[in-house]
Amino acid sequence: MNLKELITEKVKEKFSTALEEVSDFRDDLSLTIKKDQIAALGKFLKEDPDLEFIMCKDVTAIDWATRKNRFTAVYHLYSFKLNCTLRIKANITDDPPAIESVTSVWRSAEWYERETWDMYGIKFINHPDLRRMYMPEGFEHHPLRKDFPLLGIPGSLPLPHEAE
Amino acid sequence: MNRISQIYNEEKIYKKLLEDRDITIDDALENEMVINMGPQHPATHGVLRLVLRLDGETVVGIVPELGYLHRGYEKMAEEMSYIEYIPHTDRLDYTATMCNNVAYVLAVEKLAGIEAPKRAQYIRMISAELSRIAAHMVAIGTFAMDVGAVTMVMWTFREREKLQNIFDRLAGARFTTSYTRIGGVASDIDDEAIAMTRKFLDELEPALVEMDKLLLGNRIFIERLEGIGILQKDDAIALGVTGPNLRACGVEYDIRRAKPYLFYNEIDFRIPTYAEGDALARYFIRGDEVRESIKILRQCLDKLPLGEVIANDPKKVLPHKTEIYSKMEELIHDFMIINFGINPPVGDTFFSVENPKGELGFYIVSNGSGHPWKLKIRSPSFCNLQAISQICKGAMVSDVIAIIGSLDPVMGEADK
Amino acid sequence: MGLEAKLTQDGFITTTIDAVVSWARKSSVWPMPMGISCCAIEMIAAADPKYDIARFGSEVMRFTPRQCDLMIVAGTVTYKMAQVVRRIYDQMPEPKWVIAMGACTSSGGMYRSYNVVQGIDQFLPVDVYTAGCPPRPENLLNALMTIQEKIGKTKAHDFQNRSLSELELAQN
Repeated sequence: MNLKELITEKVKEKFSTALEEVSDFRDDLSLTIKKDQIAALGKFLKEDPDLEFIMCKDVTAIDWATRKNRFTAVYHLYSFKLNCTLRIKANITDDPPAIESVTSVWRSAEWYERETWDMYGIKFINHPDLRRMYMPEGFEHHPLRKDFPLLGIPGSLPLPHEAE
Repeated sequence: MNRISQIYNEEKIYKKLLEDRDITIDDALENEMVINMGPQHPATHGVLRLVLRLDGETVVGIVPELGYLHRGYEKMAEEMSYIEYIPHTDRLDYTATMCNNVAYVLAVEKLAGIEAPKRAQYIRMISAELSRIAAHMVAIGTFAMDVGAVTMVMWTFREREKLQNIFDRLAGARFTTSYTRIGGVASDIDDEAIAMTRKFLDELEPALVEMDKLLLGNRIFIERLEGIGILQKDDAIALGVTGPNLRACGVEYDIRRAKPYLFYNEIDFRIPTYAEGDALARYFIRGDEVRESIKILRQCLDKLPLGEVIANDPKKVLPHKTEIYSKMEELIHDFMIINFGINPPVGDTFFSVENPKGELGFYIVSNGSGHPWKLKIRSPSFCNLQAISQICKGAMVSDVIAIIGSLDPVMGEADK
Repeated sequence: MGLEAKLTQDGFITTTIDAVVSWARKSSVWPMPMGISCCAIEMIAAADPKYDIARFGSEVMRFTPRQCDLMIVAGTVTYKMAQVVRRIYDQMPEPKWVIAMGACTSSGGMYRSYNVVQGIDQFLPVDVYTAGCPPRPENLLNALMTIQEKIGKTKAHDFQNRSLSELELAQN
């Protein structure tokens, strides 16, 4: 049994109903899971002695603009034991978008989730410190959403004015 | 005297003093103090801002604030074609431009299913390793400068100038190179560039010995760094730290070895690791990596195969300029690729390489059109910086400078 | 100026105060390295042994605005950073000059995006614009020489008004 089959089997066994899709594109294994199971799956992947995905490399989201479930959260995990990168996706069904935070599983997710909140406006429930990462406090928009123009919204960011 | 009585006569201040009747000088110094460091500070390597809470001189809490160099890379990527984006990757980690070029191009090639010829891959390896040396030169130089050894920055930049002459020869630009193309590299490496590289490597080895002599014979440098900013192995993994900073904690993780890309599997090199995880180990590991890079470069130059430097795939790879001006078909392909893009299949890929700062990954989502639907940069500096609040807690203020220098963040990459 | 040669001849020289003051001003321009991104590395390169900015009397890079009279804005200025740049500029004592180093500072450069100020002249008075992304160190030195030329044309009393009024305030 190769690595990918092992991971898929393990996850299927535990999360048979929540697992929505398994894809393998260009040698990247990607699992799509129901969004309410994300933290549970994270905990399982991290703590299972055969898998040990102890490093969370990245958390981000995709804005599909016109699809019904507009946002998808994407997690990239790495296991030193298996030397394998795994992608987890979760389609976010709520509006306004919200998903459970995985900071309790991987501490590194704290900043990644803050960045995702800043860029996409996805609320991470139970996140310890959900502030904007890059944009100044008080900025009202989320730049990486598809309806945000590349050149920004005039007047949304102030320029300094001359001192007296 | 007159002024003081005036102040005390003022009712407001007098009332305030009555409230705080038992305040003494000692109490005032024992109180916690909040100071702001950066974004314009000589030791924050750009525009990092730290808000420190101090008790005396000990750091109790630290909050990094990013975003002073947020240029909207990921948004811009959605509006431009895959080829147009190559120059933008230069400016991510601007100390190691070639590495970023290589990383991005490999990610796109993985998505589009293109393979560059072997000679091009070797040239990419050479340029990436040269760039790694350049980045570590900046890292060591500025790190030593932060803790007081200003000579070092002069020495390392002297070596860096030689590297930039090589880049000038190789790519036609000394700093922002944009050297790679999807499916190969922009131009072939010529004999003079190879000779320059060999000469540089021969000169660099004794220079490294000199640098080590200057710093390691110096008690101040050692005592300033030894045992400072210790990062434990488990914490480093939990916080997503990669690259030299992770290897300095004793984790032997290098993507060049774990998931070999290009032709690193044909090259013999060692992955230096240290168990200490302190600032001094992070200095040592960069020096060792430069030595390993010299070894890799020598092997690459010896093994450099002959052949084409760009893949023969007219629908996806840009033809060379001389061909565009003389052949009809190439002109059409060039027009199509520039105007409509290379249209990779629908899907998403994550590809990461070992950059001087750590793991640089590109997550690209394609919807089949000429520009990415989404491009996410997993930048190593951003992830390494997350460890700062963990490391700095309990350190002295002056150690914070040394810790930032040893972590070596580049804000262009951390803020994107 | 060939000062020593003059002194051995007669022991004195005649000149105007304006000439002496502007000569002194332009020959020791102390830069404030506002290094924000990529251009900062080339700015350090300009100070390194190969290019050696010390030849122009400007090697004293001071990170505190109070000691500087030339601000080199090196790197992309975002809206968040613009507040900081302006504030540091306001803290510099008169007379002061500004070099916009590189395409980003001059016009936004390759960053036509929501968070990049399209040219720092929207909130700062700029004296010299430097082309390049980033400019080569030679280009920065050229900008410095242009600034020196500009400073050389100033008169001794040119910057008196503001500092006098500040002096009165301090006495009160």
